[in-house]
Amino acid sequence: MTLDLMREKGIPLDEQGFSWRELVGRPYSKLDVDAFTRVRVILMNGIESEQLRFLHSAARMNAHLRESLAVVRRIEQHQQTLVNWLNPADQSPLETTLGYEQVAIEVTAEIAQKEPDPYLAQVHRFGLLEDFDHLYRYAALYDRLEGGDANNITQCYTDIRPGRPTAIEHRHPLDDLRRPYDRKAADPISKLHAYTLVAGEHQTHDYYMHVGPFFTDPVARQLYAEIASIEEQHVTQYESLIPTDESWLEKWLLHEACEVYNYWSCYGAETHPRIKQIWERLLQQELGQLHYVRALLEDREKRDASEVLPARLPDPIRYETHRKFVRETLQREIDLRASGTEIVPKQKDPPRSREYRERLNRDGSPSETVAAGYVWRPGTELAPRALEASRQQRSLQ
Amino acid sequence: MKTAEDIGTNRTGIATSPLEAPQVIAGAEQGGSSPGDESALAAARTAYVREAEPIGSVPPPVSLKGAVKTVAQALKGEKASVFIDKLGERLAFERAGVRLYALAMVKAETGPRWDGAPSVADLAGIQRDELEHFGLLQECAKELGADPTAMTPSADVAVNLSKGIPAVLADPRSDLRHCLEGLLVAELSDNAGWEALASLARELKQDRMAEQFERALEQEQDHLRRVKEWLREGVASVATGRNAEKGEQPRAH
Repeated sequence: MTLDLMREKGIPLDEQGFSWRELVGRPYSKLDVDAFTRVRVILMNGIESEQLRFLHSAARMNAHLRESLAVVRRIEQHQQTLVNWLNPADQSPLETTLGYEQVAIEVTAEIAQKEPDPYLAQVHRFGLLEDFDHLYRYAALYDRLEGGDANNITQCYTDIRPGRPTAIEHRHPLDDLRRPYDRKAADPISKLHAYTLVAGEHQTHDYYMHVGPFFTDPVARQLYAEIASIEEQHVTQYESLIPTDESWLEKWLLHEACEVYNYWSCYGAETHPRIKQIWERLLQQELGQLHYVRALLEDREKRDASEVLPARLPDPIRYETHRKFVRETLQREIDLRASGTEIVPKQKDPPRSREYRERLNRDGSPSETVAAGYVWRPGTELAPRALEASRQQRSLQ
Repeated sequence: MKTAEDIGTNRTGIATSPLEAPQVIAGAEQGGSSPGDESALAAARTAYVREAEPIGSVPPPVSLKGAVKTVAQALKGEKASVFIDKLGERLAFERAGVRLYALAMVKAETGPRWDGAPSVADLAGIQRDELEHFGLLQECAKELGADPTAMTPSADVAVNLSKGIPAVLADPRSDLRHCLEGLLVAELSDNAGWEALASLARELKQDRMAEQFERALEQEQDHLRRVKEWLREGVASVATGRNAEKGEQPRAH
């Protein structure tokens, strides 16, 4: 399966409107949906959210593009609404959080395996092990605060166990920056990977910053504060992979290509018939936007868009369990740290990061507190204890 | 017509993934845990509890004249604000109750229904009672020199405790039975709330108010009885497949 970016024209911009009824459709069922449908909804909301963020930044810096940006941005905002409103209201912020971490694990694992550049792949694996730990910490919170079983959200696709401990993920800002890819030499898929991951991480950061204060429990408030800080580190990391010498229009075109690539991947993988139709519609819209921006780039910068875009999209993102890869990575790389732009053994953990971490954790570590002694069990950690208590009671009768 | 009682593709539960389940279970066991034990959570919470500030305060009376003085005297040094706070709690609850019944009425209209299900008129009758109670509490608050538009701490707590109820009732996917489950929780709490408020009014020698609260309690007891009965019939009808009407067919599974 492939998609020819130059031939597929999609829907023209002026035919891309929505009604409120279309934007606010029927959400998926939290109980019946496949976990990967939820993963796709969350990721695509992140992709749209990044698009909106980028287009606003572009408008502040490019007077000559303001009108074009305003037109496309409005459509993007409505697309994001359509996607984000697919999340059901009975899925609590904490349950949605578990979905966010599953996105970060499974999508990053997929990307890390397909990434052709060894340095970028290592950076992706580095981030992967940190998000992997977050799922375990939030699963502990869900179990111990709300009495919930995180696996009802992740559906056995993703392990729930410690990764690189969140408490040691805190680093000095200068140890979160990475080397950017070479805009002229990089494989197009490397660019799409970086754009996808920065989008996912940025929305995760923003989501945790938004929902964290809704919790009354100080343990939960602390945990969201702590993990939001790591997500900010991850945004710093993935953002720094994208070179600053891409022009604004080049970046815009790559953002559009990233949207096309992701909607196309979602469309191919989707098992939910109604949501599959949504991916198809949005894919067609994004293709229309891509060609609009392509024409802008060619007109304003007198460049051929094929310098920026691949003729055909690379293989789509596979939405499937990456358990084996994650476990192998965990075994090999759990002890890695970052020093400046490099991923290094823990013996080379820079003093500035150690000091930064020690200061943050000096009154206790939220992620260690919430998961102290926690091992996920089917039906929650209480399930085996409850069975034991029940058996003991019966034996006394 | 598909309903939430039908067997379908629910993907929660370990049994839905027979191939992956042993993997995720073994992975968790092999992965170990973060150091320490569950007592760490209580310790962290305790530290915050010790330095926590109150949720808020009871607003000062609009006027110290009138009944609030009487209440203060009756309490002989106790806080008159407790009564204002609890009055505010009931007021907020009754006001929200009017909205809850409006939400349930939509589901009574759209079905599915069963023999013994509440009609829209039945629900509207209770809604009218809730509205009257809200009105009564506004008058009582004014009589005590309190501002009936203020949100007291107990009102805030009550609304937070029950905030799942409007969420479930407003969800287009919940049916009349789910709504009655929500109304049951509300009415159980409301009954206990009126009992406590009437009792407090008696203690404070506010006998006229206490009588009015006791009348409201009788109405609430009737609401609770009716909601329980509607719900019992509703669950029995779907379980046995009897009394089905308006698109709800008996199902064999």
